[in-house]
Amino acid sequence: MGRNRRHLITLTFLAAMVATLVVAPAAMADLFTPESGGSSNADRISTLYLLTFLVGVVVFIGVEGTLIYALIKFRARKGAVAAQIHGNTRLEIGWTVGAAVVLVVLAVITFAMLPGIRDPSNSAPGAAAALASPVAAVGEKRVPPDGKALNIEVNGQQYLWRYTYPDGDDNNLNNPFSYEEMVVPVGTTVTLDIRSQDVVHSWWIPELGGKMDAVPGYTNYAWFRIDKPGVFHGQCAELCGNGHANMIAKVRAVSPEEYREWIAEKSASIQAADEAAAASRERLAQDPNATP
Amino acid sequence: MAADSPSLKPVPQVVAHSVRRERSGIVDWLTTTDHKKIGILYLVTTFVFFVLGGVEALLIRMQLGTAQNTLLTPETFNQLFTMHGTTMVFLFVVPIMAGFGNYFVPLMIGARDMAFPRLNALSYWLLLAGGLVFYGSVFFDPPAMGWTSYTPLSDEAFMPSAGVDAWIFLVHLTGLSSLVGAVNFYATIANMRAPGMGWGRLPLFVWTILVYAILLILALPVIAGAVTLLLTDRHFGTNFYDPANGGSPLLWQHLFWFFGHPEVYIMVLPGFGIISEVLPVFARKPIFGYKAIAASTVVIAFLGLLVWAHHMFTSPSPTVVLVFFMMSSFLIAIPTGVKIFNWLATLWRGTIEFKTPLIFAAGFLSQFVVGGITGIIVAIFPVDWQLHDTYFVVAHFHYVLMGGAVFAVFAGIYYWFPKITGRMLNEGLGKLSFALMYIGFNVTFLIQHTIGMDGMPRRVYEYPDVGNLVLYNRISTVGSFILGLGVLVTIINVARSVKRGPVAGPDPWKGNTLEWYTESPPPTVNFDVVPRVRSVEPMKDIRREIERNTGVPVAEAAPAPESLVRG
Ligand SMILES: [Cu+2]
Repeated sequence: MGRNRRHLITLTFLAAMVATLVVAPAAMADLFTPESGGSSNADRISTLYLLTFLVGVVVFIGVEGTLIYALIKFRARKGAVAAQIHGNTRLEIGWTVGAAVVLVVLAVITFAMLPGIRDPSNSAPGAAAALASPVAAVGEKRVPPDGKALNIEVNGQQYLWRYTYPDGDDNNLNNPFSYEEMVVPVGTTVTLDIRSQDVVHSWWIPELGGKMDAVPGYTNYAWFRIDKPGVFHGQCAELCGNGHANMIAKVRAVSPEEYREWIAEKSASIQAADEAAAASRERLAQDPNATP
Repeated sequence: MAADSPSLKPVPQVVAHSVRRERSGIVDWLTTTDHKKIGILYLVTTFVFFVLGGVEALLIRMQLGTAQNTLLTPETFNQLFTMHGTTMVFLFVVPIMAGFGNYFVPLMIGARDMAFPRLNALSYWLLLAGGLVFYGSVFFDPPAMGWTSYTPLSDEAFMPSAGVDAWIFLVHLTGLSSLVGAVNFYATIANMRAPGMGWGRLPLFVWTILVYAILLILALPVIAGAVTLLLTDRHFGTNFYDPANGGSPLLWQHLFWFFGHPEVYIMVLPGFGIISEVLPVFARKPIFGYKAIAASTVVIAFLGLLVWAHHMFTSPSPTVVLVFFMMSSFLIAIPTGVKIFNWLATLWRGTIEFKTPLIFAAGFLSQFVVGGITGIIVAIFPVDWQLHDTYFVVAHFHYVLMGGAVFAVFAGIYYWFPKITGRMLNEGLGKLSFALMYIGFNVTFLIQHTIGMDGMPRRVYEYPDVGNLVLYNRISTVGSFILGLGVLVTIINVARSVKRGPVAGPDPWKGNTLEWYTESPPPTVNFDVVPRVRSVEPMKDIRREIERNTGVPVAEAAPAPESLVRG
């Protein structure tokens, strides 16, 4: 095989790789990148992944190419004599420094992209922003630059997710809540306080960003901002027992008006239930034998 | 006594009071303190556990072959992956390296036996006890909390099963076994090297076993303590991991991974050592950059102690902690990369002989690189927020441990089998086994990266039929059976060759290290004479000396054709 032909094959191979990776990322997203499309942090993680992956592809082709070339070119043949080389200090220092440089580049890219992934953005102006209220940055909790978000508490329990929504007052006992499906307004930045009441779980909706563990005794934080109505699926990502595979989660993004209505409905039904409970408590207090 | 009353008669240094009768077969194996026999016990026992762990893996893959499969109950499924992970880590990869170490460290350094032969036997029997205690739980209630045993799931309140206790005792017993073995390796390597074998002439496999031993000594006490706390939490009313009473589930995670990450290097470093022995022999070329490879082993081990929390990037931890563990994980890629480049340079301009050990070593290289690259990807903590606890991570660590460490183990099996048994393995079957394992492995695990990125967490017994999940999982399941078939071919090869393979002779590969200086299998005393070591490749020096003295080049040692020794 001629030198030119071999070069041609290598080049074609490289071009094909680059084409698949760069020209058709949408079609290949399923194969080559993490889920994204729901919230900007998920998109940025996907981009950061892709950049790292491309660096990895270069390293991969370099190493595997060298390996295959060496195995073919230097296979034992009649009359071939192995070169008795023990090392080459300059070469060895070279590739050590080379590896370090690649890692420094990756670290720089990561630090440049980290804030966009970790730190919540502001809500979209208008009706969406109106649903955000001031949240305090306590401990590791990060808040949007304007200090306002819709703060929802996520509570993991075998094998359910419970969401508690803010209602504007300090009493957390009468807040609207839901299980499994979280309803959020589009455009509003949602910050999550993630807790667990039994074992370790992990909150994860792939299209809305990374997962965060729910560890009993600790609070973990996450955020997302969905800009188009839709439903996003996810599930518990940390083994939590026999029902782990069925501990699913859903986020439904609706318009701010619909969200207001949904919350009002929830509040009303909770209030009705509370009043009914209070009435039956009253009855029981007067006559312990009454039917509650 | 003797010193007070000097006598003119020479006082014998050794007195034989009686001649011990040679013990019969089974008793001999049960009471042996010979490092070679203990090594064989280790290798056979751990391989049996490998087969058990493999069967568990195939059951897992069968369950995941289709969406919402009802083949296994969630409980059985959780028990299977718990047993699979525990078996492969504690009962296969770690101890099989001790098996190779037991058999070959004394031979490679020119010693008669390990420093403490009886301690050596103890370490094997503790390992077996650990395995039996753990597998005993199959008959009542196997553990189902994953090999990582995260609390509070592993606490009594959520998992009263005695299987968890069996797991704890497995960690204690195999841990004690490894500790005893590690002290023994250290003492042997530090004190019993052949004359002339300075640290700069120590075979690279022995270097990795030395570092393996040191890492075990540093990491095992931590897990032993951690599981003891778990045991007292479960049964004696303590609350080390109970958040309701001032304990912390994160304490478990830190302690577990402080052991767990060095454990990864405990598993792969000896594999690196095997590769560093096999490549130069079959490339007929000295190892490229001996010092760099030995030094990078030490550096990897040191850094390996500083990266544990990269398993905890999604836990509630400050950003500064995440940054530290990302950077330390990046750092470890440098010495690892150095090794890979040195191995490639060892092949470069050699005359490569495509014998099965070399092919497995090349397979190791090509797969380990993938595990290394994905290792960098998951070390970037914002990216890991997506990939953690998914099939991407499953794929990553199987590329390191199966594609890496286990392929190195197979290279070691094919390389050293002639020394252990005195017979050659069949090359054709060896190559068939490699082809099946290589194809099977990559078909199983390459697609798992995608499965993880498409949102499938690990440790789920069923998944919904969305996107291409069914297709991808089915590909993976088919691959796992090809891989299993490949392993089976090697088992058949070993069974066939152990009695009937062609006679190997002392040095069938023209090896570089001292184990090839003695007969195959070596006599009980290993060596009649231990030669003075003048380089990293004493056998090359010896062959050259014979050539000089006799004027006849030592021919490529050709094993007798199979037909001649049959029957
Ligand atoms: Cu869960």
